[in-house]
Amino acid sequence: MELTLNHYLILSTILFCIGLIGVMRRKNLLMLFFATEILLNAVNVGMAAISHYRGDYTGQMFAFFIIAIAASEVAVGLGLLVVWYKRTGKIDLDQMTSMRG
Amino acid sequence: MFEAIAFYLFAALTIGMFTITVMTSQALYALTAMAAGMIFISAFFFILGADFLGAIQIIVYTGAVMALYAFGMMFFDTTRSVIEKRNNPRFVVVLGALAAVLIVLIVLAPIVTTNLNSQHPIDLNVGNTQAIGMVLFTKYLVPFELAAVMLLVAMIAGIVLAGKKMDKSLTLMADEEIALMQASSHDRTEEEGEH
Repeated sequence: MELTLNHYLILSTILFCIGLIGVMRRKNLLMLFFATEILLNAVNVGMAAISHYRGDYTGQMFAFFIIAIAASEVAVGLGLLVVWYKRTGKIDLDQMTSMRG
Repeated sequence: MFEAIAFYLFAALTIGMFTITVMTSQALYALTAMAAGMIFISAFFFILGADFLGAIQIIVYTGAVMALYAFGMMFFDTTRSVIEKRNNPRFVVVLGALAAVLIVLIVLAPIVTTNLNSQHPIDLNVGNTQAIGMVLFTKYLVPFELAAVMLLVAMIAGIVLAGKKMDKSLTLMADEEIALMQASSHDRTEEEGEH
């Protein structure tokens, strides 16, 4: 049984779906960050697979930059979360509704 | 043959781990399951011949990102079970699948008919890490430097946001002011100790 690009792309889609489900159902902001990491990883798998099967390094380069972006996103996001937690003591999304329209 | 076995094994493991991360109500389980899932993802990179990416995945995700999240969990005290509001789980599943399919269609629609040519063909004479270095420092030098600046900005932002009294500069203050500030913070800790 030969592995093809479609195997990896289907796996990437499944992982992306899991991440999207996490983004939609989580109310805790830390858990929401976990789900975004899953989204980024799912895309990385697809990028590396396309890079391998099309014989091109561009996909690996993009995956590399996505990892760098994910690392900086975590640093800034957790910093903002720490500030919010110090002010309110809560990190739930439902309690962040400060604007009333 | 072995590639296929490894692929299916790690695919099942990764999907299982990420499902636990998304579905569990314990934050500690979510963290550990995601760390395991990240390690299993790196296995795909090794199967695909992207050795450097696999090593980076292990170092950055399970080294740096997981350590940051572990710090966050200790800070936020999320050891209690997370309260989720579930009004319609099936609706969320259908919506997630639909959104993923839509994104694939949107990305693929413009390029599905065109014939793609590789810009940086894989050279089998040199190793993966060496080839990545050559492409990164010739074709992708500007994005690489921009990523470096972005990481520096993120580091400074993290320090300033999470640190205490970052709105005051000790180098611009006189000695008396610093002594006054230290005395006041000392008094405050003593008061908190009495309560």
